[in-house]
Amino acid sequence: MAMTDPTPEGRFGEFGGCYVPETLVPACQELDRSFRSAWADAAFRDRLESLLRDYAGRPSPLSDCIRLSAELGLRLLLKREDLNHTGSHKINNVLGQALLAQRMGKARLVAETGAGQHGVATATAAALLGMECTVYMGEVDVARQELNVFRMRLLGAEVHAVATGSRTLKDAINEALRDWVATVERTHYCLGSVMGPHPYPWMVREFHRVIGDEARRQCAARLGGDPDVVVACVGGGSNAAGIFSGFTDGEAELVGVEPAGGAAVGRGIPGVVHGSLSYLMQDEFGQVLEAASISAGLDYPGVGPEHAHLARTGRARYESVTDDEVLAAFELLSRTEGIIPALEPAHGLAWISRERRALAGRTVLLNLSGRGDKDVDLVMGLQA
Amino acid sequence: MTSRSPGRLEAALRAARDAGRKSLVPYITGGLDGWRPAVEAAAAAGADGVEIGIPFSDPVMDGPTIQAAGDRALAAGATPAGILAAAAELDVGVPLVVMTYYNIAHHMGHRRFARSLAETGFAGAILADLPLEESAPWTAAADEAGIETVLLAAPTASAERLAAVCARARGFVYAVGLLGVTGERDTLAASATVIAGRLKAVTDLPVLVGVGVSTPRQATEATTVADGVVVGSAVVRRLLDGHGPEGVGEVVGDLRRALDRHASR
Repeated sequence: MAMTDPTPEGRFGEFGGCYVPETLVPACQELDRSFRSAWADAAFRDRLESLLRDYAGRPSPLSDCIRLSAELGLRLLLKREDLNHTGSHKINNVLGQALLAQRMGKARLVAETGAGQHGVATATAAALLGMECTVYMGEVDVARQELNVFRMRLLGAEVHAVATGSRTLKDAINEALRDWVATVERTHYCLGSVMGPHPYPWMVREFHRVIGDEARRQCAARLGGDPDVVVACVGGGSNAAGIFSGFTDGEAELVGVEPAGGAAVGRGIPGVVHGSLSYLMQDEFGQVLEAASISAGLDYPGVGPEHAHLARTGRARYESVTDDEVLAAFELLSRTEGIIPALEPAHGLAWISRERRALAGRTVLLNLSGRGDKDVDLVMGLQA
Repeated sequence: MTSRSPGRLEAALRAARDAGRKSLVPYITGGLDGWRPAVEAAAAAGADGVEIGIPFSDPVMDGPTIQAAGDRALAAGATPAGILAAAAELDVGVPLVVMTYYNIAHHMGHRRFARSLAETGFAGAILADLPLEESAPWTAAADEAGIETVLLAAPTASAERLAAVCARARGFVYAVGLLGVTGERDTLAASATVIAGRLKAVTDLPVLVGVGVSTPRQATEATTVADGVVVGSAVVRRLLDGHGPEGVGEVVGDLRRALDRHASR
């Protein structure tokens, strides 16, 4: 089963949809029309491709892990999204959405951010294209990702610390949606993951499809075919959707790795928040639970609807790892390969490392979705 | 449209309109300390119906006041079933409408939630993040249980969309007065009377303006076009500030007198 387009109503199987306050429905419909037209327009795609190449540095390399592969007893390859401009895969989506916003005549971008990677990427695209940018970030995340807050401000963005609810990504999304409700006529909501109301889950996956398409070509050249297993971390699930989309029509096993404290697929039941129906961690009354993860970027109680569909149909499976396993993986990759990963993709490596006996002798591709500079302070604090 | 007999909520608001009276529907967060006496005080002070909020963890259509009220109620242990059971004991003589977010209904199950509303004496329901296109599973259950589903209509909608929303709305049409979330504003947005006028042109259902309507002056201004108003944050703030049901009765009474004075001119 390949990752195909959703239904016109934005459904992947039973999941997805467009559950937003009435004020935003026309904006979502306009975005759907604009994205369809832009994505079918060769000039738009050329413009995006040249920005991805000449500004963001694509294609990102595929790295063979020599020492770590030997240590784990398998062949590990990394798709190096950490080497993109701004340090993560987030730039792919943001350049696409910023160009689309301009095409729609919207001069202002609003975004939510958890770890700050999507906020930095959005602020970067706004600076590049001369747009206004406002980023909402939970107070807890502002405190644990100070460096990214400074980077966003340096790039000319306004950063608002969100003090409501759990004061993390979930509440930053609430606040970004409230901003959009009030400013929808001149603002584009540059949502950072494959979640939210239709067309976001689909559009954001399409903008990240470049990861999977490149990786598949690179694997064909390097391995003569697909890897046995493709692994990616999953919060909302954008980097996983991007890399999975290159491989769903083949034989490779697809594994999404969630934090134990935010395992929407593992522990959630279907529910609706932030615009779509998907697996969601909620209490017995339907109140959304607060996720708890060391990684601000995965600290989210929901998951993109297409991942719910991939899980339901069995095309991908979703596992979880603990914060301690993640910290060990963070150090492992640093020490053996000279690559300091972000805590988010360290989840993927943590799972590979834990399951190394089951994976023995197999070829495993990990999407290294971001670099770890932003997390060094936090890890330093934990070791002190 | 004409073959359908109006439910209790629509009938009450139509009767008010036929009598030359502008409708006043205050909103009160269920589960907030003193909320039931506040509903009684609002009804006694001249409300034509009362919206009772079931708090949700992620209220994206609400501004700071109603967010704070919801957080406080949830922290005090408010649950959907608890609020409905408590509402069942109210005897205020005006229709009650539940206002919440879709996941509360989805989680309980459409039919079970609709039946619970009917059994606890509610006439209608508003689900702030359930737009027309996604509403069919819920409205089927609501219709079957005799619950009137009020739909929101926003300034961003095309004429065609407003007509489609009105055709599916029951009870009344909730005209969103401005681009933004709930909360008090200094003046009534120009969009409030514009959206009310656009709706009045395409529906015979009562049209009530909410979001950004807080003061007697704003209420009378909005009802130069609309059939009534929904007032939330200004009412809930009285409870948050410790003024209790008496405070709620005062603010509703002030709004009532202003609307009646204006209507009789």
